[in-house]
Amino acid sequence: MESFSNADGGDIVLEIARRIVENRAYLSDIDGLIGDGDHGVNMAKGFSLAAERLRGKAQPLGASLGTLGDVLMTEIGGSMGPLYGVMFSGFADTLKEVQDIDAAVFERMLRNGLEEVQSIGDAKVGDKTLIDAYAPALQAFSAATANGERFGDALDALVAAAEKGRDGTVDLVAKIGRASRLGERSRGVLDPGAASCAIILRAFAEGAKAKLDSSEPRKPDGAQS
Amino acid sequence: MQRFINNPDLVVDDTVRGFVKAHSDLVKLADNPRVVAYAQAPVQGKVGVITGGGSGHEPAFIGYVGRNMLDAVAVGEIFSSPTAKSFHDAIKIANGGRGVVCLYGNYAGDNMNVKMAIKLVAKDDIEVQTVVANDDVCSAPLDEREKRRGVAGEILMWKVGGAKAALGGSLEEVRAAAQKAIDNCRSIGVGLGPCTLPAVGHPNFSIEPGKMEVGIGHHGEPGTRVEPLKPAADVAREMTKAVLDDHDLPAGTEVAVLISGLGATPTNELYILNDTVEEEVRARGLKVARTYIGNFFTSLEMVGATLTIMALDGELKELLAVDVACPAPL
Repeated sequence: MESFSNADGGDIVLEIARRIVENRAYLSDIDGLIGDGDHGVNMAKGFSLAAERLRGKAQPLGASLGTLGDVLMTEIGGSMGPLYGVMFSGFADTLKEVQDIDAAVFERMLRNGLEEVQSIGDAKVGDKTLIDAYAPALQAFSAATANGERFGDALDALVAAAEKGRDGTVDLVAKIGRASRLGERSRGVLDPGAASCAIILRAFAEGAKAKLDSSEPRKPDGAQS
Repeated sequence: MQRFINNPDLVVDDTVRGFVKAHSDLVKLADNPRVVAYAQAPVQGKVGVITGGGSGHEPAFIGYVGRNMLDAVAVGEIFSSPTAKSFHDAIKIANGGRGVVCLYGNYAGDNMNVKMAIKLVAKDDIEVQTVVANDDVCSAPLDEREKRRGVAGEILMWKVGGAKAALGGSLEEVRAAAQKAIDNCRSIGVGLGPCTLPAVGHPNFSIEPGKMEVGIGHHGEPGTRVEPLKPAADVAREMTKAVLDDHDLPAGTEVAVLISGLGATPTNELYILNDTVEEEVRARGLKVARTYIGNFFTSLEMVGATLTIMALDGELKELLAVDVACPAPL
């Protein structure tokens, strides 16, 4: 079974934070079109604060995700603080006491995170929110693993579906959140939450994939461990 | 930007520090620098009354902390909800042993953070009730009132809730009075010019010269229509019609009128609006019992104004008359 070690995975969170900070202006610019233009600013603030706390600590992936979730939830506010806060805390809860993260654990983690997000927000698929990147990404990952695809390939499918979902938000009318006040006028613009979600999922998937590639070569098929 | 700012990322911290220095007789900062509390909080034996919201609306929300008013306010970034932790800390510092009521506006972030704060508070053994304001008539149709935003009617809701608590009301009585206050409020905003978030640096929407946006929200949420800018009397008539058509009040009803500037409109123009609003209200057979004119609930330097009309009954009249001391005008 392909997997990577929870203990060695903490730097994935730093990489997620780096990409969010790198996209500060991009996310704020999209948000300025249908929101109040602060999505990138707030996200960058939260993720860089979490990165500061994590730097040099070499915590496991699960614990690092927990720190990120806590920082977002307690320090950021807005809508994205609690939404991404509970998502990362949900990821962290799944990884508690897990040593090796295989595709099944990864899928369970994604599912928990989505459930947490949906427990505090009311968004459904099609409402023009981060769910429109997240839900299809999870679905693609599950479908790929159910099909017997390798963990790394399932991660590729996840990224592709997240970005396709993000791009699809251009054609949607916002049903929830501040942009929903725009009605029809929210059509034609990317959803900033879906955009940041796609960035997070890509960074996470690429980080996980790099760990898979660098871990021990797979045992030949059929070998027992 | 022609603004008095040190660092765009520190605007809220700098604001709150200056505010607390100016009003240390009435307010104090909690251990959490994003919670402003009444200097005497918690008032033992009194229901705690709190709110919270994004910054950039000064004197709301922090200006309404004081005696017989709000006991604590959770402070968010500019136009962004406070954290769940700040709402939680505001609840704790306001708790005088008889429970806390949180009176806030209907924004996605506030809804989520209050919900999470209530989860956090479960272990503190403090009973919390909430009232969500939804007085903005243009933000959703009347039959979807629960979707409407809370705007300047919140100030009257805080005043009523704060007064009810000061008179010894129970948690349920304070909640019910605040709920009645907001149920009896209808508001509308008209925008003439946009505002700029300091950290963003450019206006995030535009209103062309010679136009007005009817129904605009407190963060520049688009209104229901953009029209050529009319004389003040016509604008006032349109605003009064929008709020009163939404609120079927029997002739003879007494009302409170609150006109707030959005930040960059001169106060004299608010009086110009009121000149016609008062006539229009009277023409419908209603009686203006109280009028509040000023900058109560702003949106940075947005040009424009909001009109709130609140139907009064004996209890609301009595509660609005309770003496208060807070930094903001009321």
